[in-house]
Amino acid sequence: MADLPSFNLFDLLAGLRRGDFSARELTLATLERIERLEPALHTLITFTPELALQQAEAADRRYAAWRQDDPSAGWGLPALLGIPVMIKDVLCLKDVPCTCGSRILENFVPPYTATAVQRLLDAGVVVVGKSNTDEFAMGSSTENSAFGPSRNPWDLNRVPGGSSGGSASAVAARLVPAATGSDTGGSIRQPAAFCGVTGLKPTYGRVSRYGLVAYGSSLDSVGAFARSAAEVAELFRIMAGHDPLDSTSANLPVPELHLGQRNLQGLRIGVPEEYFIEGIQPEVEQAVRVAIDQMQALGARVQTVSLPHTSYALPVYYLIAPAEASANLARYDGVRFGRREPAERMIEMFFKTRGKGFGAEVKRRIMLGTYALSAGYYDAYYGQAQKVRTLIKQDFERAFQQVDVIACPVTPTTAFPIGEHTDDPLAMYLEDVFTLPANLAGVPGLAFPVGFDSRGLPVGMQLMGPHFREDILLQAAYAYQQATDWHLRTPATR
Amino acid sequence: MSLTRAEVEHIARLARLELTEEELSRFSEQLSSILDYAARLREIDTSTIPPTASVLDTGLPLREDIPAPSLDVTAVLRNAPQVEDHQFRVPPVLE
Repeated sequence: MADLPSFNLFDLLAGLRRGDFSARELTLATLERIERLEPALHTLITFTPELALQQAEAADRRYAAWRQDDPSAGWGLPALLGIPVMIKDVLCLKDVPCTCGSRILENFVPPYTATAVQRLLDAGVVVVGKSNTDEFAMGSSTENSAFGPSRNPWDLNRVPGGSSGGSASAVAARLVPAATGSDTGGSIRQPAAFCGVTGLKPTYGRVSRYGLVAYGSSLDSVGAFARSAAEVAELFRIMAGHDPLDSTSANLPVPELHLGQRNLQGLRIGVPEEYFIEGIQPEVEQAVRVAIDQMQALGARVQTVSLPHTSYALPVYYLIAPAEASANLARYDGVRFGRREPAERMIEMFFKTRGKGFGAEVKRRIMLGTYALSAGYYDAYYGQAQKVRTLIKQDFERAFQQVDVIACPVTPTTAFPIGEHTDDPLAMYLEDVFTLPANLAGVPGLAFPVGFDSRGLPVGMQLMGPHFREDILLQAAYAYQQATDWHLRTPATR
Repeated sequence: MSLTRAEVEHIARLARLELTEEELSRFSEQLSSILDYAARLREIDTSTIPPTASVLDTGLPLREDIPAPSLDVTAVLRNAPQVEDHQFRVPPVLE
């Protein structure tokens, strides 16, 4: 299994089916690689080798039954049988700790499994661990994790992005072929860009949020990372679809994804002028513009579009998301689960438990949200933000009458050094300036690598599409990745 | 705009957060600068714009009300900081 890092999801599935190696051998090789590289990368909060080996052995029994035509194997094989994955540590997996990167949930062991995770388990995945995240997914670097930051495999002194930085780093470093993430304001797309992997934030409501620990409930979406759009499509297909346990889950069929087309004939790409702003790193703009030209060369028609309220997305987001967070995080009070600070009176227990259990950024957002929702300020802040959100949503509706997808950078810069923004919350928030609008409008966004800067750090491009048209984004990135090899570049982590 | 220390203390009380002296002064400064940034939203006339209640126009569905087992009580209580007689135990609420 020495070649493991060079195998993608489909190579691994083909190898398992042919019997070139067993799921147990693949898992042992994966665990060995994680143990070797984890001290440098810190991609995991909880490592689950025993669970992984149990699941791998179950997968091998299923493969054996299938080979012998045993009817108990059923029709065919589960789609991801024996594939090692990481689950972001904000998604519940029964009987495995779910910390959300927070001291307040350090000892929380969920008694149930998130729907998106259950669908992956039903498809046969092997879970090697729960990946690192900024506390409650609030952050753009994993530096807000109570358990320490993850590292970017392209430069260990730099952040992998966040909040799903553990998953992105692990896929980039070839620890696992695929991993899950969640995205409230860019938490899948920004780390995908920083780490040079492909990451999909689906349409709001496309993947069930049941069992995703809530941050901003009108914005949260569950998605996936892999090296290529084709692999991400496979995970997305499995995780997506209606779930009666999430009342905002869309009751729509998930379209068949046929990613065969190698050209982009007929695709209308819109390039929003508001996303090429002053302050953007010139190499990022350059790489994205070259990628758009390549897509044009593949047959796409490119035109300029306008999303005029783009510059308001940041203030809108940083009122709405903290407001929702302040309500969602009220449940961490030391009564039913999680940490409790001893106190004489219950009210005192609330104050102490929350004061000691939450980190600085979480407290900051709870404070901001509480203020934005408080009497006398609600209309001026939260109410106004929800109205401007309507304008941002309408910008997208208008743009998608003219074009099929919008192409733009994922982030203004490539990965920044650890510690660079930790004292300046507003500077950290600016990292999300190109990813927040998709969450506010609920549209899907896909990030994938389109080049490197002069420091050798990956540059990502984002495609956004109309509601429930993840298929267009994945197809376009697939065609681009057939013609280019940025997504195959591997960091020198050994 | 600038948040006074008294305002920050008031918000922290509403949010049930015990903050240190250092956090109180840091947060008054940081929250003020974030709110200043957010003030630019007032540039926009939204008098005729409805607020976004949901990004999807699918409405909120109701499921059939069919009784089904809920989570196992023992499993749920396993996460509780303190349990007595199959119930969550908390410090006294009243004097």
